[in-house]
Amino acid sequence: MPRITVTVDGVKYEEDVEPRLLLVHLLRERLGKTGTPVGCDTSNCGACTIMMDGKSVKSCSVLAVQADGCDVVTIEGLGVNGSMHPMQQAFHEEHALQCGYCTPGMVMAAIDLLRDNPEPSEEAIREGLEGNLCRCTGYCNIVRAVRRGAQEMGQAVKTP
Amino acid sequence: MTETEVGKARKRKEDARLLTGRTQWTDNLSRPGVLHVMFKRSPMAHARITRVDVSAARGLPGVVAAFSGHDFEAAETTLPCAWPVVEDIVIPDHPAMAKDEVRYVGEAVACVVATDRYLAADALDAIDVDYEPLPAVMDMNEALTPGSPKVHESGNQAYTMKNAFGDIEAAFRDAPVVIDRTFIQQRLIPSAMEPRAILCDTDGDAFTLWSSTQIPHVLRVMLAVTTGIPEHKLRVVAPDVGGGFGSKLQVTAEEVLCLLLTRRLGRPVKWTESRSEGNHTVHHGRDQIQHVRIAANADGRLRGLQVELLADMGAYFLLLTPGIPLLAGSMCNAIYKMDAYEFACTGVFTTKMPTDAYRGAGRPEATYLIERIMDELAAELRLDPLEVRRRNWIKHEEFPFTTISGLTYDSGNYEAATDRAMALFGYDKLRAEQADRRDRGDPVQLGIGVSTYTEMCGLAPSRLLGGARFGAGGWEHGSVRVLPTGKIEVITGSTPHGQGHVTAWSQIVADALGVPFEDITVLYGDTAISYKGMDTYGSRSLVIGGVAVLKACEKVREKARKLAAHLLECSPDDLEFAGGAFKVRGTDSQKTIQELAFAAFTAHDLPDGVEPRLDSEATFDPENYSFPHGTHLCAVEVDTETGQVKIRSYVAVDDIGKVVNPLIAEGQVHGGIAQGVAQALFEEAVYDAEGNLLTSTMADYLLPSAADLPTFVTDRTETPATGNPLGAKGVGEAGTIASTPAVVNAVVDALRPHGVHDVQMPCTPERVWRALAGAQAGAQGVMPR
Repeated sequence: MPRITVTVDGVKYEEDVEPRLLLVHLLRERLGKTGTPVGCDTSNCGACTIMMDGKSVKSCSVLAVQADGCDVVTIEGLGVNGSMHPMQQAFHEEHALQCGYCTPGMVMAAIDLLRDNPEPSEEAIREGLEGNLCRCTGYCNIVRAVRRGAQEMGQAVKTP
Repeated sequence: MTETEVGKARKRKEDARLLTGRTQWTDNLSRPGVLHVMFKRSPMAHARITRVDVSAARGLPGVVAAFSGHDFEAAETTLPCAWPVVEDIVIPDHPAMAKDEVRYVGEAVACVVATDRYLAADALDAIDVDYEPLPAVMDMNEALTPGSPKVHESGNQAYTMKNAFGDIEAAFRDAPVVIDRTFIQQRLIPSAMEPRAILCDTDGDAFTLWSSTQIPHVLRVMLAVTTGIPEHKLRVVAPDVGGGFGSKLQVTAEEVLCLLLTRRLGRPVKWTESRSEGNHTVHHGRDQIQHVRIAANADGRLRGLQVELLADMGAYFLLLTPGIPLLAGSMCNAIYKMDAYEFACTGVFTTKMPTDAYRGAGRPEATYLIERIMDELAAELRLDPLEVRRRNWIKHEEFPFTTISGLTYDSGNYEAATDRAMALFGYDKLRAEQADRRDRGDPVQLGIGVSTYTEMCGLAPSRLLGGARFGAGGWEHGSVRVLPTGKIEVITGSTPHGQGHVTAWSQIVADALGVPFEDITVLYGDTAISYKGMDTYGSRSLVIGGVAVLKACEKVREKARKLAAHLLECSPDDLEFAGGAFKVRGTDSQKTIQELAFAAFTAHDLPDGVEPRLDSEATFDPENYSFPHGTHLCAVEVDTETGQVKIRSYVAVDDIGKVVNPLIAEGQVHGGIAQGVAQALFEEAVYDAEGNLLTSTMADYLLPSAADLPTFVTDRTETPATGNPLGAKGVGEAGTIASTPAVVNAVVDALRPHGVHDVQMPCTPERVWRALAGAQAGAQGVMPR
């Protein structure tokens, strides 16, 4: 069985994994990182989106062995010193979640979207989140939240 | 006057946990030594099972057990139907695991139990099943023809019923205008984001079942009745539940089987479905053929409405299957006055996944047919669709109003909601633009769709449910524990799965007891804690469950008043309650709820015969439904060359009565509209002629993404409900019920000058293009599927 080394939310793990083990199952079932949920089996819903070496990936579509040597950040590792990331806070402020199942992936995708486009238009936000499905909110408040999150993150960059 | 909590846009208490991944989805949970279950499912829509051999699977690594349908006692695995809608209904036997015959693709025929979910999946391949194919029964009309292959020995007609109000023949006789249409309510897949999951454990005597369910209380009763495990030995827990929309209002085969496997093996078992497994086997919604006739005078005044539904039950009855289309029975007449109304419905068995409740359940179907045909009437009479509605709707001064179908609408103001919606929408300006585009022959035409809906919510008054042959009541329970330090634990029987009960209930209790919002917590979803409840569906939580909590608070106050009077040495009548304290009128002496909580706890100085607690509980059973209403307006741009439909603007003005939390209410409306728009434009569960589900994954079943939807403009008018002290009407289903006809009416409106009178949902570019091409070819405008 291959042995991999992977850093998840700042903690380094060495794990023996079957080659077929999905990264999301490694996270959820071996490392106890259940904050990242699974919503589908065709990589359409995006609920399992995480950051791998700074880029968003759908962890249901990555094999654990592919994460060897990578730095993974999940929704559980986003906050700093017990306070939420500005995007998480923005989702709260704008009521951008109801059942919350899509939320971890949606927040991750939103942060990744801002990497390419720090001040996205509504259309750019909607296009940018196309790979993440929500069944509760109708997306209106998610779009507002991403805008707010973008502003807060922009402010944070400007005022160190 | 202190500011009330009710009415404030409080941010949700639920969010922090959900946003940081500290969640309790059922699939996150485990038990020491847990075994993983996987089901072998039928690839055939209809077949005789001639052999199931699980022996090879039993010998594989990690496999602890493997079973087929014959390994379970029939009596213990018969899935319940709680709504035998008519006396002579035929309820076919519905085993949780098929034994001799399968009747839809995805039906479980065997299972394996293994130490690891990957090993369980491997072992499924080693199970050998032989089938002898039988003909699939896929079309409702064909199913009802003599000589059709049968889904069940008893035949394909599940039931038929008819209700008539007024003289329908007189209404249609010599009517100046009669319009006749057939609408199709396509089959939908509810698609809650969290797939179903189950965990079950036993201590050898008692059982605990965790499930992603909307109905832990109902489930406990039904599982006890089904499996024979005594109710007091069975605890059901709904931890965090990731959406339901009716799809988790069910007693599923998997829940029954996981419970029986735990009993049989004496070990904890767990099952989590894959999405494609869920698309096949989570109950589907809608699926009706609607024959609708309407008779009117030349001025557009309605004379009569005749509705004849064929409702696809699928292969079996699940918990509420036969009753769902009948929820339309009293609602097709909607907000309109008429002389006569007839409603007939025939339930039909086919070899597909059973249907059951999906957001709105029966009322979206009713609203669709009446709002679509009202537009057809307007077109026939060359009237504005809103004008034809104005001439027929119940006027605000006529409430309370008893409709032709016998329901009494307590309150409403359709004029106010419509006026507000027209103003926000810029109705006249958009009509002018539409005329201009028509004149110019613009290839992109503008369509304007209207939906002035109402719905019956707050399901439901128990007596009315009894009259409808429903197997349970419609009350809800709430209790309030006053802890020694004055903090409050609220327990609700209405189990949330995203609706924000914790926040809203905190607001209600904060006002009722005068305690800080932050000092209140809400417990739910575990039958060991919330021991009594009827759960969450039918826009009932606030209207019934919230009221139960409010009534429990009133009892707390009465207990506290007696204690305060004793401690303050006055008569209870001399006390006034405000700001969380009982004050002796005209003096400064008072006792706060917190002081009284501690006094009750120490019990050092209680009046004779008074128990040492302020805790109280209440059960609320409404006398009538509530009737939210509103006006939704949709503008679409339809490209007549490609068939592409784009929503240009969408305005919703809803009257949901008094609102506890406007932020949460607006969120419910947004999500509801999105689901209704999805039915109009995107979603359809498609089976092929052999009964294979072609939309079995999220790659094939088109849930809209953010890129597919516009921003919705929402507002409210407020006509309080009179049937409950909160004045609330319910909001969970409103958006879904209203929006589907608004969108389709807009699409048809855009194309009407081209001779199109209907476009079948979902209005995909292909369907729109074919409707146009068909109309241009001189056909009726309604294309075959």
